[in-house]
Amino acid sequence: MSENKITNILVAGIGGQGVMTAAEILSQTALAQGFDVKKTEVAGMAQRGGVVTSHVRFGSQVLSPAIPPGEADILVGFEPAEALRWCSHLRPEGVIMINTTRQEPPVVSLGLYDYPEDPVGEITNTGIECHAFDAGAIARELGNFKLVNTVMLGAISELLPFSAEVLKAEILDRFRGRKPTLVDINEKAFELGRQAAADN
Amino acid sequence: MSAVPPLSESNRRFMSGNEAIARGAWEAGCNLAAAYPGTPSTEILEYAAHYPEMYTEWSVNEKVSLEVAIGASLAGSRALCAMKHVGLNVASDALMSQTLAGVGAGLVIAVADDVGLSSSQNEQDSRFWGRFAHVPVLEPADTQEAYEFVRRGFELSEQFNTPVILRLTTRICHVKGVVNLGQRQEISRNEGFVKDPARLIMTPGVAKKRLPMMFERDEEVQRHSEASELNFIQAGSDRRVGFVTSGPTYMHVREAFPDAPLIKLGLSYPVPFDRIRQLADQVDQLVVVEEVEPLLETELKAAGIELLGKEILPRIGELSPNVLRPAIAGLLGEEVVEEAPVKPPVEIKPPAPRIDPATGINVFPRPPTMCVACPHLGIYYCLSKIRNTTISGDIGCYTLGAGHPWNALDTTICMGASMGIAHGLDKGRVEADKDKKVIAVIGDSTFMHMGMQGLLDITYNKGNVTILLLDNRAVGMTGGQDNPASGRDIHGEEAMQVDFRKLCEALGVKPERIHEVNPYELPTLFTALRQEVKVPEPSVIITNQPCVLVDHYGAQPALTVDDDKCTGCGNCLDIGCPAILVTRRETVVKPNGSEKELAFVKIDSGACTGCDLCPKTCGPDAIVPLANYVRQ
Repeated sequence: MSENKITNILVAGIGGQGVMTAAEILSQTALAQGFDVKKTEVAGMAQRGGVVTSHVRFGSQVLSPAIPPGEADILVGFEPAEALRWCSHLRPEGVIMINTTRQEPPVVSLGLYDYPEDPVGEITNTGIECHAFDAGAIARELGNFKLVNTVMLGAISELLPFSAEVLKAEILDRFRGRKPTLVDINEKAFELGRQAAADN
Repeated sequence: MSAVPPLSESNRRFMSGNEAIARGAWEAGCNLAAAYPGTPSTEILEYAAHYPEMYTEWSVNEKVSLEVAIGASLAGSRALCAMKHVGLNVASDALMSQTLAGVGAGLVIAVADDVGLSSSQNEQDSRFWGRFAHVPVLEPADTQEAYEFVRRGFELSEQFNTPVILRLTTRICHVKGVVNLGQRQEISRNEGFVKDPARLIMTPGVAKKRLPMMFERDEEVQRHSEASELNFIQAGSDRRVGFVTSGPTYMHVREAFPDAPLIKLGLSYPVPFDRIRQLADQVDQLVVVEEVEPLLETELKAAGIELLGKEILPRIGELSPNVLRPAIAGLLGEEVVEEAPVKPPVEIKPPAPRIDPATGINVFPRPPTMCVACPHLGIYYCLSKIRNTTISGDIGCYTLGAGHPWNALDTTICMGASMGIAHGLDKGRVEADKDKKVIAVIGDSTFMHMGMQGLLDITYNKGNVTILLLDNRAVGMTGGQDNPASGRDIHGEEAMQVDFRKLCEALGVKPERIHEVNPYELPTLFTALRQEVKVPEPSVIITNQPCVLVDHYGAQPALTVDDDKCTGCGNCLDIGCPAILVTRRETVVKPNGSEKELAFVKIDSGACTGCDLCPKTCGPDAIVPLANYVRQ
């Protein structure tokens, strides 16, 4: 990457999905690689179920903490409708990675609003480079829905200005101390995500 | 890049502004930190609690937290209190007098403005309190400065014998950046509390004598501000526009206009007018970039400095480089490039009901919801079914009861106001409302913060309000912090636990008018409500189930829907639990010819905690325990 290039990653999803953890892992990896890093959250109320986005910016020097609309290099969509909501934040040559597992909020259950029929299709129609797969299904098959986080990080691991291996190591190191039993399963989740991104 | 040069590579840490403030306070030898939780300031105390050298507490409100900090300062310990912007309104009574009395050891008040209103009832500019109370205002621009400025605050406080406001915004508190750390320095505490009634007993006679001191101090700090390296001019090659910046706006200007000259105000009040004039002389036009109010703008214009501000910049919400660029392009007569929000490369055709005009993208709104199995769900369900009432609400999770599907609240103004407003709704009623029942809804923490006085007013003045005291043993909205209802302190250690029944009785509610009910037992709750709204005197219904976010919440096996039994009545949806999802909708024609909408449901077993609320609304008993369920 060039000297003054800032990498902007927007992680978007819903409170409770692990959006902030994913952003934290990306930030820590970039920090360990010697970048200047800033990260900021735009949560709704400090509560579950609302829209949550986390902005990660790194480069040789980062000034303003929030990613300006239209300047994100990568959008990690933990939920398809949230990916659609935030896709205008991408730069035209940006890349979007989507978990296709839907999470319908009460306003949809109550019939007040419709869930978009085909959010991934709408995004694909914009011409943005779009990768979509069911990360939720992979996580469930591995036995824990919380693994969606690691699956999604694996999926974007080849798009970053550092190697997928250092990102994976950052994730796995988090479990080594506290929950060693989760190391193997997270490694699997990471690799399955990486594979899914390559296949989709 | 941080506004302050790095100290060394070895102690680089990735920290949020709130964490950096706690660290900065600890390093500066601070011995006490107190706060009531409030977004975006909450984590300052959560991090401070990790440092055993500092006494930390969750106070019951911001005024008390400031009073505790004042006491510690007078006792000879550096003290910090933290709050959100609306919290300083509560604490202002103590602040306005303390500014006359002065301090002992350094006293810093960290105030976090929720610019852009992520979770507040208003957007207000705490810098006004600096002017109002005659206290210096420090404005950090990033996490490194948040850390550095705490020490500066203590030093300024001691140098000028005044409390100091550390003004923060969401983009300081909740931004993580690189911070260069140092070590804690113990401050000598040889001199303890110094008796000084002529300063500390704020009678009219004392206060009058202190006023000249305050104005002298203003002038001294003003001179200090002119000379301080916290306020510096940064030269630039493009002198068409120069900028006055304070706080995070410095970063936005640097990013948007890297070649422009600017002045960065770290100590933004008292205003260093001469330094700003120096900059004005170097540039063709001067623009002041400040979030929320045109505070500096008005002061600088009054001082005869020609500049632009809110004429070209928005007055509401956060500023950012992409807001600044088109505004300045317009000022320079350049073509204005519409940058925010940027449209996607190809226009998206929205299929249905709600269109975001900025993007053309059609996505439903996703407001925050009550949590799955929240004990408040049943309460709002009951309130939504009770007719002929006016319901006064309060700040916190219970504000969400104003939303779908309950639509149960009629007012929410500020913390603790449910009591007083309910009393006013009762006493001020007109003939048309003569049969309306007045209900107030308040949470445990809010009741202790500001609600108790309102209840006392109701009982003393023979009011008639039915009060629902939703005791979930936590400050739920900010993440489940402890309070005197939880029976634990900031470290999770056992503490005294308030007895609300006795407390309400002490505040004048008759014992027979106080009921404690389980909010998951809907029939009991309904009965208590129906009974108490009929009684023409104050009643309190205390609900007693814990917040689902607290560690010891006891989840039960998940529930599921028996598809063969579900009739699609949709009654369970009225509970508002996010784990209940619609699988299909149908319209049927009833025998009398009218149409009826049916909604068949399922339960997200991964989210459901088996609270057993929704089965109580289900006529055909279609909601049953999930067979062979094992919770992970």
